[in-house]
Amino acid sequence: MTEKTREELLQIDFTPPATSWMDPHIDFEARRGSWSYPGAPKNLRYMGFPNPREWSPTDADWKLPPNWKEIIFEGMRDLLSKFRSFKVFMDICVRCGACADKCHFYLGSGDPKNMPVLRAELLRSVYRKDFTTAGKILGSLAGGRELTLEVIKEWFYYFYQCTECRRCSVFCPYGIDTAEITMMARELLNLVGININWAVEPIANCHRTGNHLGIQPHTFKDNIEFLMDELEEVTGVRVEPSINRKGAEILFVVPSADYFADPGIYTFMGYLLLFHQLGLDYTLSAYASEGGNFGLFTSHETIKKLNYKIYHEAKRLGVKWILGGECGHMWRVLHQYMDTMNGPADFLEVPKSPITGTVFSHAASTRTVHICEFTADLIRHGKVKLDPSRNDHWRVTFHDSCNPARALGLFEEPRYILKSVCRSFYEMPENTIREQTFCCAGGAGLGNDENMEARLRGGFPRANAVQYVRDRYGVNLMSCICAIDRATLTTLVEYWAPEVKVSGVHELVGNALVVDGEKDRTTDLRGQPLAGREEGNADV
Amino acid sequence: MSFIWSLVLFWGLVALALLGVTGAGLESLFGIWIPYAAVGIFIGGVIARVVGWARSPVPFRITTTCGQQKSLPFIRHARLDNPASGLGAAMRMALEVLAFRSLFRNTKAHLTEDKRLVYGSEKYLWAGALAFHWAFLVILVRHYRFFSEPVPAVIGWLQGLDGFFEVGLPVIYATDVVILAALAYLLGRRLLDARLRYFSLAADYFPLFLLLGVAGSGVLLRYVWKTDITRVKELAVGLASFSPVLPEGLGATFYVHLFLVCALLAYFPFSKLTHMAGVFLSPTRNLANSNRARRHINPWNPPVIGHTYAEWEEEFRDKLKAAGIPLDRE
Repeated sequence: MTEKTREELLQIDFTPPATSWMDPHIDFEARRGSWSYPGAPKNLRYMGFPNPREWSPTDADWKLPPNWKEIIFEGMRDLLSKFRSFKVFMDICVRCGACADKCHFYLGSGDPKNMPVLRAELLRSVYRKDFTTAGKILGSLAGGRELTLEVIKEWFYYFYQCTECRRCSVFCPYGIDTAEITMMARELLNLVGININWAVEPIANCHRTGNHLGIQPHTFKDNIEFLMDELEEVTGVRVEPSINRKGAEILFVVPSADYFADPGIYTFMGYLLLFHQLGLDYTLSAYASEGGNFGLFTSHETIKKLNYKIYHEAKRLGVKWILGGECGHMWRVLHQYMDTMNGPADFLEVPKSPITGTVFSHAASTRTVHICEFTADLIRHGKVKLDPSRNDHWRVTFHDSCNPARALGLFEEPRYILKSVCRSFYEMPENTIREQTFCCAGGAGLGNDENMEARLRGGFPRANAVQYVRDRYGVNLMSCICAIDRATLTTLVEYWAPEVKVSGVHELVGNALVVDGEKDRTTDLRGQPLAGREEGNADV
Repeated sequence: MSFIWSLVLFWGLVALALLGVTGAGLESLFGIWIPYAAVGIFIGGVIARVVGWARSPVPFRITTTCGQQKSLPFIRHARLDNPASGLGAAMRMALEVLAFRSLFRNTKAHLTEDKRLVYGSEKYLWAGALAFHWAFLVILVRHYRFFSEPVPAVIGWLQGLDGFFEVGLPVIYATDVVILAALAYLLGRRLLDARLRYFSLAADYFPLFLLLGVAGSGVLLRYVWKTDITRVKELAVGLASFSPVLPEGLGATFYVHLFLVCALLAYFPFSKLTHMAGVFLSPTRNLANSNRARRHINPWNPPVIGHTYAEWEEEFRDKLKAAGIPLDRE
């Protein structure tokens, strides 16, 4: 935890400094708490990433290759020729300022370079200087800036202080997407070996073992069995999921945190309990054991490399379609990248719910369905019996995770589920939900401990909206559909709104779901006593 | 600093035109050759820009969704903010271009004394931008009367509508007032808002000065130092029909007006003003969110494969066996 108190963090000064933003200097020593540790050489080596070495942002010498400048320029040329988005976004910004106060990092820090417009200008100024006629002739008068080592260091600081949440792109009159610009900048930085360990270690793990956490197949199985033991204790029902089973109808892919850490594990129990009750013919895979994809925070090639295993495994197992768990950036990849990168999925069938018969025609090409779409459809058709009173100890709000919100538009499905499985549901203020939702500030590889001050500052707009519903409606649970949220929001609310807990949506489904042969439940999946049934819990 | 530079540059252009026609007698340069060159640069430059953008492919469909997706039949789909088809995307684009829909969402965040973040509606930028762009378009269309004989009826109607209030003589056009007010607002906010001033470049002030100069000199020509519009029309028709004639007595103000228009045209393709064309090519707005329904093709999709199952099984064979997880090769 950061040493700073809430009062100290909230001394936010929005007055811009006297010096020009074109001065790139950053004192990394003074800004400890707002940057992440560099990628460890072993991880870079394992992935074949350039320039593996030991270094620290506080070093004067970042040990870049001697021709680093050429590499960056060559990389920029390459990306400009491959991505129209990059080219257009470099050229058309009018600096109207509509995006300025839309970024959670800006709102929480007051640092002007966290305004999306300036974050982009950090890169755009170099582009102008070396890739446009006006910039070549007029230099700084045309907003051009020399690419120096200081600029590279500044890029590292600010492009690893953007969670690629895309909130600014909702407000931009031209749809300029800072996530896209950050992705380009990170791709360029990676070319000279500048990255963060919290992104490259999960990548190396995922490439090797199949998941970000580096969980090997036997541990994968053990973890799941342990969770099923816990589930049995609560419900009296033994759930026996299959792993790597050929011929199953559905391959179920989840973010690895769901079978590894609190509170994601309760969501995982919820999924599997639901499937058990439905008698769904599905399998988990110890190989495709990660839906998330930290390649998204590194380079397009890495996205493709890590995403490869999902279709590859679906094909090997001979399943008909893929069901995906609750995870934010995983769903951006499954929705916007997977089919293009690793498709076509012509060996799969158009997904059809075996329970309701609903054909998910909106997923006719990727053949991949979101668990919330699947469950909302079940509830709508009355195929599950629910007892929402088992969630009466929770007063629930819903946090729209950035990617399901702004890359899919998955707004109503989770809300429909939540309103069916619990009886106290309250929305946060309208400027902080749906497409205007605020990031947890720990996405895009930034959810590490050394970056805590930036996370707490960037998370303040989200937490502030949580405080509002807590104080007004007594909300004590923030539900969400993202594994990174479940990990990082937990830290965030501990700091800003300690009475509030964080859960997945399917944890609450698991609580409410009436399962054949279950015992009289006295606790929720967490083992906490249910409201009004405390007496039954006396023996625990 | 960037403000001063652009102001100096702007007045330099005004002075150049004044000296050119009153001092050096270069009417044919300023009346004929510069306008032709400027139009040429404008057309060629914009085409080059658009072709430049279009030459880079759109490898991924990265729509920014601002409403409910099309998924289950019982859930209401936001057709405009999350289009599922090309038609929907075209409608979203049309609203974006004609009504600045995204800018309409604008809010202003404010941290209160008791440390609460509140968000107010902030429509001024939207209103100012929309007012400027529409007034500019109407004025542009109105100018068509200088280039055609007879003047199309539509232009006459537009003029009538624009002068609807029938105030002053000659009648004051509403758009003349609106454009000056809107430009003054757009410049004023850049100067008065510390945040905006901090990141504004010379390239942000300069086009505002040019536009203010063009509109201002145009207003002077119509209402104050009135120019002989039959002679202006003679010049315009000549230019448009590629048989230019240079009428006498057009006056220095007219040449300043024309030269600033030329500067604007020539500057356009090299500046942020290209957003006019670029907005149509923005992949977060002009694509339907149909990613899972229809496959999007990346023309340069690299032949990358990940860690294959066979390799993985090989690496973890013993552990898989011990855990009783089925293997492909025993």
